[in-house]
Amino acid sequence: MNTSEPATHPERDPLLVIEGLEIVYGHGPTATTAVNDADLTIRRGEIVAVVGESGSGKSTLVKSIIGLLPAAARRTAGSVMLGDTNLTDASERDLERLRGVRISLVPQDPGASLDPVKTIGSQVAEVFRLHPDGPRRSRAEVRADVVRLLTLVGIDRPEERLKQYPHELSGGLKQRVLIAIAFSLQPDLLIADEPTSALDVTVQARILDIFERLAREFGTAVIFVTHDLAVATDHAVRIVVMHRGRIVEDRPVGDILAAPEQDYTVRLLREASPHRLPAEPRPGLELDRTSATPAIEVTGLTRDFSRAGEVHRAVDDVSFSIAAGTTFALVGESGSGKSTTARLILRLLDPGAGQIRVHGDDVTTATRRQKRELWRNLQLVYQNPDSALDPRLPIRDIVGEPLLNYRIGSRAERARRVGELFEQVDLAPGFASKRPHELSGGQRQRVAIARALALGARTLVLDEALSALDVLTQAQILDLLRSLQDSLGLTYLFISHDLHVVERISTTVGVMRQGKLLETGATAQVFGSPATEYTQLLLAANPGHRLRQQTPLSSRLHALSAT
Amino acid sequence: MARYLAHRVGQAILVVWLAYTLVFLAVQLLPSDPVTIFLTADSAVDQAAIDTMKSQYGYDQPLLVQYLNQLVGVLSGNFGYSLASGQSVLDRISGVAGSTVALAGSAFIVAGLMAVIVVAAATLTRSAILRRVLVNLPPLLAAVPVFWLGLVLLDLLSIRWGVMSLFPDGSVLSLAIPVLVLAAVVSAPLAQVLLKSMNQVYDQPFIDVLRAKGASRSWIFFRHALKNAAGPALTVMGITVGTLFAGSVITETVFARSGLGSVVLTAVTTQDVPLVQGLVLLTASVFVVVNLVVDLLYPLLDPRILKSNGQGAPRALTA
Repeated sequence: MNTSEPATHPERDPLLVIEGLEIVYGHGPTATTAVNDADLTIRRGEIVAVVGESGSGKSTLVKSIIGLLPAAARRTAGSVMLGDTNLTDASERDLERLRGVRISLVPQDPGASLDPVKTIGSQVAEVFRLHPDGPRRSRAEVRADVVRLLTLVGIDRPEERLKQYPHELSGGLKQRVLIAIAFSLQPDLLIADEPTSALDVTVQARILDIFERLAREFGTAVIFVTHDLAVATDHAVRIVVMHRGRIVEDRPVGDILAAPEQDYTVRLLREASPHRLPAEPRPGLELDRTSATPAIEVTGLTRDFSRAGEVHRAVDDVSFSIAAGTTFALVGESGSGKSTTARLILRLLDPGAGQIRVHGDDVTTATRRQKRELWRNLQLVYQNPDSALDPRLPIRDIVGEPLLNYRIGSRAERARRVGELFEQVDLAPGFASKRPHELSGGQRQRVAIARALALGARTLVLDEALSALDVLTQAQILDLLRSLQDSLGLTYLFISHDLHVVERISTTVGVMRQGKLLETGATAQVFGSPATEYTQLLLAANPGHRLRQQTPLSSRLHALSAT
Repeated sequence: MARYLAHRVGQAILVVWLAYTLVFLAVQLLPSDPVTIFLTADSAVDQAAIDTMKSQYGYDQPLLVQYLNQLVGVLSGNFGYSLASGQSVLDRISGVAGSTVALAGSAFIVAGLMAVIVVAAATLTRSAILRRVLVNLPPLLAAVPVFWLGLVLLDLLSIRWGVMSLFPDGSVLSLAIPVLVLAAVVSAPLAQVLLKSMNQVYDQPFIDVLRAKGASRSWIFFRHALKNAAGPALTVMGITVGTLFAGSVITETVFARSGLGSVVLTAVTTQDVPLVQGLVLLTASVFVVVNLVVDLLYPLLDPRILKSNGQGAPRALTA
């Protein structure tokens, strides 16, 4: 967080030296080089961020250090030295002795990174059982050590947690457990692969603080991979930029911010910086807004869930309206009720109380038939394009499926409409016969958008639709959404925990917490002068503090637009 | 937990009762009553003898009375009497069941071990060729009929090489070979399912985290992956009880062992309906009990099962 730390530690010994590393996926003519001639030196106690878009080779680079490359990848040149140990020549047995002791890992997805059928306590204690060097310890001593570690990463009631299973913990807590495991034997080097990408901003900020504190306390050097330059600049002392398998820039944070050398770095910085203002309302729209009926209008929306006899209010008296042709963003932490609200509006869930109007029609108690009519107008684009597209269908059929469901047009007419949709979302016609796994994340999200538009929907619900994408791809999809809004007059209900994205696309914003809608208003107003303490907290947790300091002009513009 | 248990036990009882009722109804679909069918199978019998026997066995009663009488009988441990021997069905079955239980039970356990060994070797081997061979072994075995494997082994071991007697003589080999034949065939679908779920487990990020902790390949397999992958295999194991029973009847016949196999064979060929009914009830009960045990083991393997029983998916409870 703070920037008082000297940028580099030239006086310290190099801990990790990578020279001329080359890693190739596959064999023969289909082989692709993921990492190309990489040189990297990490000194003791240094925190270094590796940034780049997906496919830039950043994950492959760091995974090769700890020897966890997928089976299809192999090292074709270069060396990795940890102190005096050559990691590239080490046997599997030697690596097993190093892992967890001198190098450890904090993984990307805390949700799937703990064994689901073992208790938290046993999984932390496992590190001690795997590396039983030094004095023999009794069960009670190991237990005490585990409790101490869990306390260290800020887990409350550690004694109780020992017996819990991963599914009983939230994502943030699971990541804390994983951090406890990684730090348990005080390693020299810690590798963190997108350690907070799957977490809420507020949780992300807390996790990264713990991370940084422990690294300083134990003198652990940290390499963390991230696609988010805002996070990188906040927490690292040095940034390594990767592009197409090459390290294109490797300099202290201050230097990179002040004078990025590569165009690619400039682009990454631009997309991560909070400089762009939300789309200005288009002329003429202002008039519409008062006269026309809102695209979505909900009043007093409430929904309870009962879990194990306990009633939990997921959505609590939520009211808002979205003017046609504008974007309304719902922000808040996971579990705040954003997605439930969206599912209620889509009528995938039945509301407990309240009223929902879509384009003027009351759909609160819609019948099955009325819902089918509703879904012509109102469509969902889901968070994870990987699992929202049928992996066995070609793209053409995925996009055309709604037409088939609603028995619209002849075969030829449907084919024409699919072609039209491809054009609208900028997908080359050549993709038509491909299957989802052959597409990149951004292309898959385009397919999901095209499918949502197939029936001529006027309103889209975008549930974390950009969260799985890297910054540059996010920017492209944002552009697409904006141009679709201009040309088709679409209305968006945009759900996200990423405030950067929200402030760039939404006209109005609503902040949700524990099922309640705390405040709503124009984006610039809510972000510029938040009315509630919680919104202030959310904004403070938003990464990119150094980036904001670096671009005072944009924040001043920002403040201006709020008035 | 108590609710889960009561729910599962209730389901099991319901299934056995339904199976029993279905068999009773199936018997009514026969062209005539069981006694008439049994007695007219070989020679001409006078009607008086048929009527006497019918009233002895209660087949002259109205259907509903027959059904209720039989049901009450079953509940009090009386499964009726064999038409052929006049012996009680229970005695007839329990007299030979021990031998079959020994064969099927050992085969069940050996099958489980064989599946784990094949999958462990396929997962842990560094040789790509060995892995390919092991991965293709279960589908191959699944395609081999039990009787064929039994006959081939019998031909080789007893007739060509003469190391094993043609009839059970209590030697180790004469016990082990039938068990192995049955186990090999039963283990095939088990190994296939275990291999598939093992592959899914190995695709999960927590395996990488374990490697990053410094765990060896066998540590990961035996201490983590196996427990994670066991669920689907356990389900299949419960279902293979049917195959196991059919397989032991065939194995017993091939290896000339006494056991339920011969009882089933005679009961069907002589059309001894009460005995067939008893055998079906026994099979259904064994099947249901084994699957009940599997269901009850499931929460021990995966703590998420009990949670997801309530409303909604299992989710994070605390922030």
